[in-house]
Amino acid sequence: MIEFIVSERCTACDRCVEVCPSNVFEPMEAGPPVIARQDDCQTCFMCELYCTADALYVGPNAYHAEPADPAAVIASGLLGQYRRDSGWDEWQDHYPNEQWLMETVFRRAAEAAR
Amino acid sequence: MSRIGNGEEEGLVADVLVIGGGMAGAWAATAAAREGAHVVLVEKGYCGTSGATAAAGPGHWWAPPDPPEARANAIAQRQRIAFGLGEPHWMRRVLDETWRLLPTLAPYYDFPKDDQGKVRNYRALRGPEYMRALREQIVDLGVVVLDHSPALELLAHADGAIGGAAGIRTQRGGSPWRIAAGAVVLAAGGTSFRSHLLGSRNNTGDGYLMAAEAGAELSGMEFTAAYTVAPQHSTMTRTMSYAFADYFDADGRQIDAPFGPDQTERLAQALLAGPIYCSLARLPEDVQRHLPTISPNVMLPFARWGIDPFRERFEVTLHTDGTIRGIGGVRVRSEDCGTGVPGLYVAGDTASRELVAGASSGGGNVNSAWALSSGSWAGRAAARRARRVPAGFGGLSALGRTGLRASGRPRPVSAAEAVDAVRAEMHPYDKNLFRTGKGLAASRRTLDAVWSDLATHAASNGMAALALREATALVASARWSVASAEARTETRGMHRRLDHPTLDPDLAVRLIAGGFDTVTVRPQATAATSPFESVA
Ligand SMILES: Cc1cc2nc3c(=O)[nH]c(=O)nc-3n(C[C@H](O)[C@H](O)[C@H](O)COP(=O)(O)OP(=O)(O)OC[C@H]3O[C@@H](n4cnc5c(N)ncnc54)[C@H](O)[C@@H]3O)c2cc1C
Repeated sequence: MIEFIVSERCTACDRCVEVCPSNVFEPMEAGPPVIARQDDCQTCFMCELYCTADALYVGPNAYHAEPADPAAVIASGLLGQYRRDSGWDEWQDHYPNEQWLMETVFRRAAEAAR
Repeated sequence: MSRIGNGEEEGLVADVLVIGGGMAGAWAATAAAREGAHVVLVEKGYCGTSGATAAAGPGHWWAPPDPPEARANAIAQRQRIAFGLGEPHWMRRVLDETWRLLPTLAPYYDFPKDDQGKVRNYRALRGPEYMRALREQIVDLGVVVLDHSPALELLAHADGAIGGAAGIRTQRGGSPWRIAAGAVVLAAGGTSFRSHLLGSRNNTGDGYLMAAEAGAELSGMEFTAAYTVAPQHSTMTRTMSYAFADYFDADGRQIDAPFGPDQTERLAQALLAGPIYCSLARLPEDVQRHLPTISPNVMLPFARWGIDPFRERFEVTLHTDGTIRGIGGVRVRSEDCGTGVPGLYVAGDTASRELVAGASSGGGNVNSAWALSSGSWAGRAAARRARRVPAGFGGLSALGRTGLRASGRPRPVSAAEAVDAVRAEMHPYDKNLFRTGKGLAASRRTLDAVWSDLATHAASNGMAALALREATALVASARWSVASAEARTETRGMHRRLDHPTLDPDLAVRLIAGGFDTVTVRPQATAATSPFESVA
């Protein structure tokens, strides 16, 4: 589930507030939104995809909060991975959408299983 | 469209109201708007990120009209796993609608092209990009999209015809909205019974509940025993990489569960005995390399946990798909996805896809083709009806009962406890996947008691109403599922009864479920849908 917002990166555009399907964030008068309802997070990573500042970190554990150290996460380069691999925004010409290959993988698996 | 002040309440008048903004709702809104209707779409979360479509990578069932045997083969193949419950005529319609409609999204979705600039593939879309494209398309068509605005109940005219809905704005402190419309399309998704299935948190079966309150019926609700593998504690129920998976028990012994139709059963069996671990070492090296650009979300949990899934074994579980990769939903009564209730249409996972999928999961192809096709038919029919039936608030009454208005003395009822009760009956493999008459009867008694408490005592409005209505919808959906599973005393497709392990030829029928305080199930011969447009 959502663990933290990197306030130094956040531009307070409130896009995450808008796109979160379970209304986890609360906008503030000034500055970054806050994670107001962490338990409602469905661990879909959609907020990260829409965050052009790569300021959000969703932990992979959907059952329990797994507090992570923001400094370590920033250093690890994990922030923005989803948006980059999806080829969104500035990554558009660098990471092609290869979803169409999926059916070839299933076909190969079926052949291998035969 | 007019906006009318109504005290504190927000009131809108539209030709067509679409409830739910996943792919089915967005295609319904598209079709209705293209018919010239003024359309409002309300979404519990955000149209673009919410629901099963957005987090998935919907590959559509696809067969071009040429060569002519392509469709016949696709249908024959599907019929073999539909176990007598599919209808070839509906399959043909879905293949045709999908083939014609999907390429029209090209202005908004960047379909992959080959070196000659020819589109390689229209059928395999990535969820977030698909939903982003659909949202842009409906906004350009003039559809009014209200995000964070769950519908809580339908509104009906005195004759029972549906004339709108009411709900709340979750980002405005739960303030109420009411929308009057000539017709309503319910496209609120299916339900995973609140498992950790990717993207399914908002899918609590609200569409089933609202349709049933309006007088519609459910069909195929026994087919909810679909499960998908995911890394333990994660939501990542994306299947592709697991086509090459090997599984091991805690002692490192390989589990005999090869890629194929009964893999889920074998894994569930093993999970009942203890934890299981997965190796993706056999995933071909080129696929490993391309995985992030095929399914960008799959690697996220691994990267964050510091697991190299191609070299290390990791623990896995199975999440319940419920009706999302299962089958059941609101019974479709006419070719335009009418429900038999005038003014009410259903689409996507809200609509039973038994007609197309039969008794086996339509995951990987049929489900999204059904969502697109049913959405398109429902949207068009709703727009046509709205031309005949003007919208207005006069004489509308609210249909919502349990969770909103208590039948007895109101007192606090815990929505969270009701949800936990549903999870405890609908997730365990030894209850919902390996079924027995005795186990189902025990589930029925437990869920009946939860229902009775909700129906008698729960009363709510504003923000509190959302969680209680979600709990109500989950309990109702679970009860219809359990009752249908009890009535199907055989094993057919994904419905497995340990006490009736073989297929009973006499049960090649649909099971129609309904009712609230008393749940009823009755058989219905297949091919019973009218070939005509609903007379509404
Ligand atoms: C991981 C995964 C992968 C899949 N892959 C495939 C595939 O490859 N091929 C395939 O055919 N199928 C696939 N499926 C199934 C397919 O995704 C669904 O059948 C399809 O997306 C259903 O679309 P829908 O619009 O009916 O539902 P959804 O996309 O779930 O949309 C329903 C929407 O309704 C909203 N809603 C719910 N209640 C209310 C309310 N009360 N008021 C307002 N709005 C409400 C929800 O927030 C949600 O946005 C997959 C499913 C999963 C989970």
